[in-house]
Amino acid sequence: MWGMEFKKELIGILPEIVLFCFALVSLLLGAFLKGASRRITGYIGLLGYVVAFFTIFPSGTETLKAFYGMVSFDPFSLFFKVLFLVIGFLVVLLSLDYAKKEEVGFGEYYALILIATCGMILMAASSNFVTLFLGLEIMSLSIYALTGITREDPRSVEAAFKYFLLGAFASAFFLYGVALLYVSTGTLDLMAFGQLLKSKAQVLKDPTFLVGLGLLLVGFGFKLALVPFHMWTPDVYEGAPTPITAFMATGVKAAAFAGFLRVLLFALPSLPFKWQEVLWVLSVATMSLGNLVALRQDDIKRMLAYSSIAHAGYILIGIIAGPERGYSGALFYLYAYAFMNIGAFAVVAILSKKGHPNTVLEAYSGIASRHPLLALSMTIFLFSLAGVPPTAGFMAKFYVFSAAVKEGYTWLAVLGVLNSAVAAYYYLRVMVYMYFREPKWEIQTGSASLAGVLVIILSLWGVLQFGILPSSLLALAQTSLRLL
Amino acid sequence: MEGVFGIGWLTALIFLPLCGAIVLLFFPRRCEGLIKWFTLGVTLLDFVLSLVVFSRFDDLKAGMQFVERFPWIKAWGAEYYLGIDGISLLLVVLTTYLMVLSVLSSWSSVEKALKEYMIAFLLLETGMIGTFCALDLLLFYLFWEFTLIPMYLIIGIWGGPRRVYAAIKFFLYTMAGSVLMLVAILTLYFLHAKSSGQYTFDLFALYNTPMSIKTALLLFAAFSLAFAIKVPMFPFHTWLPDAHVEAPTAGSVILAGVLLKMGTYGFLRFAIPLFPQAAKEAQITVLVLALIGIIYGALVSMMQDDLKKLVAFSSVSHLGFVMLGMFAFTHQGVQGSVYQMLNHGVSTGGLFILVGMIYERRHTRLIKEFGGLAKIMPIYATFFMIVALSSIGLPGTNGFVGEFTILLGTFKSKPIFGILGATGVIFAAGYMLWMMKRVFFGALSHEENLTLKDLNKREIVTLIPIVIMIFWMGIYPKFFFQKMDLSVSAFLKDLQTRQSLFVENTQIEKLGGR
Repeated sequence: MWGMEFKKELIGILPEIVLFCFALVSLLLGAFLKGASRRITGYIGLLGYVVAFFTIFPSGTETLKAFYGMVSFDPFSLFFKVLFLVIGFLVVLLSLDYAKKEEVGFGEYYALILIATCGMILMAASSNFVTLFLGLEIMSLSIYALTGITREDPRSVEAAFKYFLLGAFASAFFLYGVALLYVSTGTLDLMAFGQLLKSKAQVLKDPTFLVGLGLLLVGFGFKLALVPFHMWTPDVYEGAPTPITAFMATGVKAAAFAGFLRVLLFALPSLPFKWQEVLWVLSVATMSLGNLVALRQDDIKRMLAYSSIAHAGYILIGIIAGPERGYSGALFYLYAYAFMNIGAFAVVAILSKKGHPNTVLEAYSGIASRHPLLALSMTIFLFSLAGVPPTAGFMAKFYVFSAAVKEGYTWLAVLGVLNSAVAAYYYLRVMVYMYFREPKWEIQTGSASLAGVLVIILSLWGVLQFGILPSSLLALAQTSLRLL
Repeated sequence: MEGVFGIGWLTALIFLPLCGAIVLLFFPRRCEGLIKWFTLGVTLLDFVLSLVVFSRFDDLKAGMQFVERFPWIKAWGAEYYLGIDGISLLLVVLTTYLMVLSVLSSWSSVEKALKEYMIAFLLLETGMIGTFCALDLLLFYLFWEFTLIPMYLIIGIWGGPRRVYAAIKFFLYTMAGSVLMLVAILTLYFLHAKSSGQYTFDLFALYNTPMSIKTALLLFAAFSLAFAIKVPMFPFHTWLPDAHVEAPTAGSVILAGVLLKMGTYGFLRFAIPLFPQAAKEAQITVLVLALIGIIYGALVSMMQDDLKKLVAFSSVSHLGFVMLGMFAFTHQGVQGSVYQMLNHGVSTGGLFILVGMIYERRHTRLIKEFGGLAKIMPIYATFFMIVALSSIGLPGTNGFVGEFTILLGTFKSKPIFGILGATGVIFAAGYMLWMMKRVFFGALSHEENLTLKDLNKREIVTLIPIVIMIFWMGIYPKFFFQKMDLSVSAFLKDLQTRQSLFVENTQIEKLGGR
């Protein structure tokens, strides 16, 4: 019997194993191959994602608590597995294009992306504070290294250093919070934690518990880049290689939300006091500050960084609105956001050239007449980010706002929609440069390779598919929460 | 179901331009002639389709016709739900008609990126017709917001010198208004679900959502803000002159002719029937704003030195009439209001085309640069005269019928507003005739004007349909009135029964409270 159980557990964790093996292969090949042939490591990475993708499904949709209850394979983790694999696949694909230009395509680059994805999956599947922390660290450490992977670029190194320092603080907060929670409840298992809170109300008044909860929130706040824990975001997003920025903005954020949702769903399903009010303030501050500061940015990567801060605020609205409609709204949002954001960063990456990062808005002057299709794709991504129909961005916003209205947070929804109206301005501004200005021919721009084009096409598909016919994804988002 | 090749009539009408736009994407950029003819063909085909729908429309049936209904997003209860009544039918035909003229009028005026220009217009057409046909609130909102994208690009890429400012202002203004409507839609959706247990965006189901008068007023305000910005009603009109002046000719035609009607149509189809009691409460406020719009628009028009600005501000005045008639809540008032929507599309659209023609020749629109043009360009002057007179509302032209019916309807319910509104007609004569005098008559004071060429064949072909419509609608309005007659009565009847029902309900509540 033990063998049977173990086999099931192994099948459940197969995607992580596959990703890890491919990471090792890619790492070794990178070390032994020389010159241009090292590029093959990128294809190994892609293959890893494809194989991992097919190993998701044998485990089925039934819930399985595996490895002594440390991880939980359920529809929720399945939903996020697919998301992380899609994000990872797109990022590696985009990196193939980018690596050729920037000459960063060594084995460790792809290996780190694969390992970071493992960490993300672990976070989404964790049912214990320890696994949650492990997942967080596996992901974060890989991302720190990836941020600084272009060693010659001082901005990249600076970003990596900043990110590492602040990230380490965040991890410390997180861990300290977990430790305090353990002190007051005596358990690290999320489920047991939740049940304990239900049965023993006096724990809730314990200051240790409250401080622990606060520190945990701060830890998540850092990873989610919520205001006022967002300070690192713009610098890091600007300095990191563009595909990695896309990875951070979508994957890391989604993983942090997955972990956050796990904690909320299992460990804190019934808090007597209104923790929503705390999140309410965080959400409004995050949206508003993100959008207002984005208005003034002249660098597209910084602008997208602030926009990603604002988007975390919108997603938080879904989380405030609660499990019934809001959580599935947040899940839907993360998918939509992944496609539109990777798409936008893909355009930025494609337009850059060795020695010409072209991230100032000025460089986008008249891009429409030089790269009409690229400009058109960027326009669609930007409209999606702004939440204009018929794009996935609109449906996602619609979903979380509808959840807010349903649960009586109408004012939050009003603030949310007003924020998205403000946000439209800076997205439109990029279009102003692309379409309404005369081209600057002296600016050298890169052009798309096949891999880059593929990323754009897949992202466009996602943005339009989930914008016009969102039913399938909606159903997935809802079922992934139902069985919890 | 009937339709073209198994596709519903309205679906075909909506998505034909979109398909055209997709095909156009693959045209080589150099074949400008081909691109133009192809776009013209698509818009003409869509126009013909709309005429077929027009002829198959049953005047003797109230309610929605050509209904298509499929589930769209099941989890939310949103449907792909289309249908038209007499009011939307006329607006759809107006749209397809003006699209043909717009393509014709941009034959030689587009200097760059012709392909993208035509694609933007075709996308716009899809959005506009969709807006007039959608009966599901979410679907409506989708089309409504979608129209912003092509219009933004049209103003921003092919517009005048201050186009960037105008385009962004246009986009942000309209978006800020509509996002609040989105929250209102959601509130309504959940209110309805709470009382009936059924999640739906079906407009007619939502008509019967019970709510307190306070909620109704708030929701009505949110819807109205979105529509009032679009109309635009005073004091939300400030985006309009900028957008109009900077937009290319065809953009102005569509903006004035159709996009503004989306606002008035929104009041008629959504804001008023969804919240009849709130509409009643707000009646005087809206009437006062409409009146201010009529007089203010006319006075400001008088002071303009730029032809296009003059026409733009006259829109504010004309749309004031539309709102006046609508909120009179009488049969003539509403009928005149719908009629005036069509008139404004034809006449103001015509004026914008005419102003565009002179601008192409002289590259200026300043009134003081002209004078005595009637001697040099007699055909142009004649056309201009006809269209301007119809805009003033001279008997025999369409404008007269519309304004007269509106004023008649307003007199019936609110005589004071009728009297004050009538002064707007006089002001209109003032600014139009004074402008005509300065541009077309008097001495030829500018040498540059001596060499101006009169209209060519294509331009005449563009203008003739407008003149035909002006006289047709002016002399035989019954043809159009009978299409919308039943729809208008149904609208009012529904409004009155529900308003009185509401009064009864509140009385019962009060009695019960005692």
